[in-house]
Amino acid sequence: MKAIINRRDFLKAGAVTAVGAAVLPQVLSGCTSGPAKIGANMTIHDYLEHFGVTEQMINQIIAVGLSKGGDYCDLFFQHSIANYIGLEDNAVNRAYSDISFGVGIRVLKGDQTGYSFSEEINLEAMKSAAKTAANIANTSATVEPIAFESPKLPNYYLIKTPWEKISINEKIPYLQKVNEKVFALDGRVIKSNVWFNDETSYVLFANSEGRMTCDYQPMAQLSVSVTAEQNGQKEQNYFDYSGRRGIEFFTPEAINTLANEAVKRTVSLFDAVKPKAGELPVVLAAGSSGILLHEAIGHGMEADFNRKETSIFSDKIGKKVAKDFVSIVDDGTNQNIRGSINVDDEGNDTEKTYMVAGGTMESYLHDRISAKHYGIKPTGNGRRESFRHMPMPRMRNTYMENGPHKKDEIIESVKYGVYAESFSNGQVMIGAGDFTFYVKSGYLIENGKLTRPIKDINIIGNGPKVLADIEMVADDLKMAEGGWTCGKNGQGVPVSQGLPTVKVSKITVGGVNA
Amino acid sequence: MNNKERQELATWAVEFAKKKGASEVAASINNSRSVEIQVREQKIEKIKESTTNGLSLNIYRDHKFSGHSTNNLAKKDLEKFITEAVEATKFLTADEYRELPDPSLYPKNLDKDLKIEDNSYNQVAPEQRVLIAKEIEQIARSKSDKIISATGGYSDDYSESVLVHSNGLIAERASTSFWAGGEVTVKDGDARPEGWHWGGSRFFETMPTTEELGSQAAEHAIRKMGQTKIASGKYDMLIENRTSGRLLSLFFNAMKARALQQKSSYLDGMLGKEIAAPVLTIIDDPYIESGFASRLYDGQGIAAQKRTMIEKGVLKEYYIDNYYGRKLGMQPNGGSSSNILFDYGTRDLNAIVKDTQKGIFVTSFNGGNSNSTTGDFSFGVSGFLVEDGQLVKAVNEMNISGNSKKFWKQLAEVGNDPYKYSSILSPTLLFKDINFSGL
Repeated sequence: MKAIINRRDFLKAGAVTAVGAAVLPQVLSGCTSGPAKIGANMTIHDYLEHFGVTEQMINQIIAVGLSKGGDYCDLFFQHSIANYIGLEDNAVNRAYSDISFGVGIRVLKGDQTGYSFSEEINLEAMKSAAKTAANIANTSATVEPIAFESPKLPNYYLIKTPWEKISINEKIPYLQKVNEKVFALDGRVIKSNVWFNDETSYVLFANSEGRMTCDYQPMAQLSVSVTAEQNGQKEQNYFDYSGRRGIEFFTPEAINTLANEAVKRTVSLFDAVKPKAGELPVVLAAGSSGILLHEAIGHGMEADFNRKETSIFSDKIGKKVAKDFVSIVDDGTNQNIRGSINVDDEGNDTEKTYMVAGGTMESYLHDRISAKHYGIKPTGNGRRESFRHMPMPRMRNTYMENGPHKKDEIIESVKYGVYAESFSNGQVMIGAGDFTFYVKSGYLIENGKLTRPIKDINIIGNGPKVLADIEMVADDLKMAEGGWTCGKNGQGVPVSQGLPTVKVSKITVGGVNA
Repeated sequence: MNNKERQELATWAVEFAKKKGASEVAASINNSRSVEIQVREQKIEKIKESTTNGLSLNIYRDHKFSGHSTNNLAKKDLEKFITEAVEATKFLTADEYRELPDPSLYPKNLDKDLKIEDNSYNQVAPEQRVLIAKEIEQIARSKSDKIISATGGYSDDYSESVLVHSNGLIAERASTSFWAGGEVTVKDGDARPEGWHWGGSRFFETMPTTEELGSQAAEHAIRKMGQTKIASGKYDMLIENRTSGRLLSLFFNAMKARALQQKSSYLDGMLGKEIAAPVLTIIDDPYIESGFASRLYDGQGIAAQKRTMIEKGVLKEYYIDNYYGRKLGMQPNGGSSSNILFDYGTRDLNAIVKDTQKGIFVTSFNGGNSNSTTGDFSFGVSGFLVEDGQLVKAVNEMNISGNSKKFWKQLAEVGNDPYKYSSILSPTLLFKDINFSGL
């Protein structure tokens, strides 16, 4: 099993295209019921109306789902609207939109799953999908109607104005400002690409245990890619901001930082060198370096792998795996962060889950099936890409808590090594534990100082070994600013990660042999 | 909905958008049915059946461009959707290069049978699918008592699509594919290395056997036992055929018109020049019978053509799509790769291994990336150490790094053993003196 993480793929290749709702904000394009209400204040009843269903209909569908003797059935209604606007060659000359609407129906029999979905939300189409999912069981059963209860949920992503109310002409100036700044900052810049994505997802969930939840999920991303040229040499780099945020997040300061970081990270590459090949001390900068945790430990702690004993961490719970000052969490509750969720995609409460506490392996990340297997409460990690997919254990925001060291003393402790700052992607082999991540830019550390820039090197390590080799952890935890998408079994979900400055005593760095 | 009804709906959408103010419109409607099954311990672990629909519209309004898609094909809702889409387009900046392709680029003959559709798709019985997955698991599991988990899988799909352009293109296609395979994990001390083997076909009848799929999946896991990293240094690199295709991404990203126009291609200005060793010839052939990327036209409606991309190491062509082609003043020829063939050599993997004194036989990449602007790349690798013509031990947790400009000139041999289960029919490749990072 391979699992991967990537930047920059907000709009999925297959489902390209989306602006519909951006122009006439009062209309939710593609929704048959034409609801008047939008945003976080909607009640369960508004959601039922939005999807054109009633509790009675949901009961009928669940009855069909369980008619062959399944133990459990759930329905996941989703309506999502995605918009993309792009600037290239100084002009905002492309826009895409995508609307996706449907319901996923899942039936469980023990740890077996039957799944189907319908893109038409009417009784006949849903019954037909439920019948297909029901076939995971093969006896017969009748079910009493369920009385649904809807818990009050927290809101970890309050935004000022729903994205459906922001029209395309309000977004265009943001792209133009970033573009102008990028060119003004450095005469060596020859190309700038800026793009602005937003996505809004309405989710209604109901299951055969009588739980019904709804969630309004906003997401936004502003990205810039810069190409610069010096004496015939070209270099390219990138920076972006992403989160479950509203347009108010993109302040003039944020726009400035975005342009500054992108240009700085690009022009520094003109002087970049490659480090020596082999095992080196690696210092990870605070922030998106949390990719280390995502790959080295996060995937291996997803309980579906452990239930099947195919993870390198399968027998590690309760064992000491790192130094006392290492605590690693996966958290769905961070305000406005990209991987936060108010409720998971199987209706379970979200939480902050300690994978490693004080150096000891504490908990796997569970969905309903794995929690039942281990006889514990789900950790709220059951997630899915959309109504077209069945849920499985997935990360949310994965980060390490602060440690006892200082950033400066960490860098000073390294004689020759690598300081890794920005990343493009990572991957892990769950069973072998080998993980990699690709360093887009960073610095060499020579005699305790950051010296020459480095670029384009892959780092490869082994999960349990690297955890044990974490030597120092600073007190400057920072979350990644950018948009990360995690891929597993062909499903992408938004995640985030964070890290204080961390030193790993040795990892294999892709470099050059003398 | 059948393809005729889809064609009518797409034609209606084009006309409706024009009525609302679009100058030119492209509409495509897709439908796909699929089944996925996963079996473990002879029980169905997961089964998923689905049908999905989608309409995509590209709207050109006085040289302003936008693209839109929805899975809600109800006409009443589409009217609102299209009206808003056309309206949104007017806020964008006009761009003189935004036009539909010139009709002379459209396919002239849409009757050629590429043999990519199995008409008996609907006759595949649900029990048959499950049985294939079960057999694969059973065969895999029987191969070693070190196996701690084995999964058998099966999936198939039937896809249909129509494409209608307002300047005179109406085209449709249908295709099927059938895939099956196994994934196996073995216990090896603390580690649990995995292996997989999947294979597919356009036709149910010609799917690979469960014996091949199950036993190869087990073999791929078992052979990884005892893997460790070894010393950094320069080694000859042999790459297994099922893995070597990934290296072509080093070319493909840099061969696209967008990369040229956006100054992010290290191959800019290299047409007609040597970019690889003379043993390398790469042919893009969209007309292979039953190929996984066979097609008569691409997503932009441009007629497919067979062409030699790299000939004896010399770059012969770029991938030029409609928009960037216009922007660059180059003739569009289709913006993406289809089936990829090589000018194959005379020896297979075993013969090449026998002749290798000190090398690493790479069987899989683990992460890594490349930079199309500069040609730099770095990939994680695992495989086997080769000494004096023999595979000596399994290696993992290593990196290779380099730059495409130099790397492809280190290519010393192209095997005669193309990989069957991919649109990139890549053989074993041998490179000389590659930088490996390990201990």
